[in-house]
Amino acid sequence: MGEKLVSLNDVTFKYEGQDRNAVDCVSFDVYKGEWLAIVGHNGSGKSTLAKLLNGLQFAESGSITINDIELSEATVWDARKKVGMVFQNPDNQFVGTTVQDDVAFGLENLGVQHQMMVERVQNALNKVQMDQFLNQEPHHLSGGQKQRVAIAGVLALQPDIIILDEATSMLDPRGREEVLHTVRELKDENILTVISITHDLEEAAKADRIIVMNQGLLYRQGTPDEIFQLEGELVELGLDIPFSVKLGKALREQGLNLADSHLTEEELVKDLCELNSRM
Amino acid sequence: MLDKMIFGRYVPLDSLVHRMDPRSKLLLVFFFVCIVFLANNLITYGILAVFTLALIALSKIPARFLFNGLKPILFLILFTLLLHILFTKEGDVIYDFGFIEIYEGGLRQGLYISFRFTLLILVTSLLTLTTSPISITDGLEQLLGPLKKWKMPVHELALMMSISLRFIPTLMEETEKIMKAQTARGVDFTSGPIKERVKSIVPLLVPLFVSSFKRAEELAIAMEARGYRGGEGRTKYRQLSWHAVDTLLLCTLAVLTILLLLFRSY
Repeated sequence: MGEKLVSLNDVTFKYEGQDRNAVDCVSFDVYKGEWLAIVGHNGSGKSTLAKLLNGLQFAESGSITINDIELSEATVWDARKKVGMVFQNPDNQFVGTTVQDDVAFGLENLGVQHQMMVERVQNALNKVQMDQFLNQEPHHLSGGQKQRVAIAGVLALQPDIIILDEATSMLDPRGREEVLHTVRELKDENILTVISITHDLEEAAKADRIIVMNQGLLYRQGTPDEIFQLEGELVELGLDIPFSVKLGKALREQGLNLADSHLTEEELVKDLCELNSRM
Repeated sequence: MLDKMIFGRYVPLDSLVHRMDPRSKLLLVFFFVCIVFLANNLITYGILAVFTLALIALSKIPARFLFNGLKPILFLILFTLLLHILFTKEGDVIYDFGFIEIYEGGLRQGLYISFRFTLLILVTSLLTLTTSPISITDGLEQLLGPLKKWKMPVHELALMMSISLRFIPTLMEETEKIMKAQTARGVDFTSGPIKERVKSIVPLLVPLFVSSFKRAEELAIAMEARGYRGGEGRTKYRQLSWHAVDTLLLCTLAVLTILLLLFRSY
């Protein structure tokens, strides 16, 4: 795999007044240009991980290195320039009164010159296909559009990594598709490394690599194929495996000669069609 | 429905007054409010009236919007007029009802003061009718900028104002949602005695407050994640541009002041 961009080393974190570590001795690396999904049930520590990665919380022990900067209170503002974050609720992260003001918010914070700002806002909105909505107010946008504006806000800052913290969980299926499509494109153009935190395994299936968290511990990591082999174990952890994987398994049990797991419905449909034409 | 109440004030048209810098408009209103008090006779009030009418004509704002601005204050205007007519005893008696006498000075004073009121309301509503709330915020931030030296949190106040403006429609939507949810649970918001109706607002306000605090916290985290560290070293995306028209307008105001000083009676 490529160059290491982020590495976590025995990171432990505990919220005040709680007995259990929210994140317990977690170590992993994120490589440049990959899409990493971190999945887990509520309270598994996945959202805490996101906050740790962006310096919104600091680890009790262990270290987090982002692009050779070791995260600490002194370096947090530099590290944040490298890591952009999109949160769950589309409404509660929209700061500006219009789309372009919101995208510019992060740039204003960094003290970017006006001419440069206009250029970067325009470019970022072009990339997420929201350039038609420059002067639109947030309450006239759909959830998916608001999340795309949030992504543009991150892009304008030209970070290396984007963290999606349950960014699609409050969207309708269409909005979710829009957002994931946008992220996929940005990843394919090699603009960003993506870390998506989610409990939706359908979304995780699109990633290059999955990390499963449970009770603050890193439970398993591997490619989506490897992870979905765990099936029963995943269900025990409170995660629902994608419909296509479940259906594929059921069909195989019925004696159908299908290749192993299908991560998306399209793959399954394609294989079934092929099988049908051969029969 | 509800958001018309607040945003309905701004009428987006394309006119000279609309295009003007919010700073010059704010200064204009501020100085106008001061010099209105210089007028004390027919000529000076006439000059002010001409100036106000000229501004209204330039702004292309339909008269009905201006009248809407006057409506809530109409009662106050009539009330002051009445008070002056009844209680100011100056000059000759012009009418005697027996139990009450109307003095010429009282009538004159009353008319002048209600006219002064009207002018003030017209000019201030012209500001809000031709300038979007966010431009007013920007203008205020710039104008009050020098106060930062004396530790006035100008940037913070402006940010608070712009965030409030941004969240008004969101909270309105939320209020409507909660209202429907509570109506479905049997709360009656629209009928019954006043006491009951006020009581029924409680189950509306509590969830609204709780969710607002949650929003505020999430927003703060999101802002921090995007590198917000206070006003220092921040640049502005929305730029204000001062044109010749703005200077010209303030000059007209100076001329107006001189005219008022010349023609007012001492």
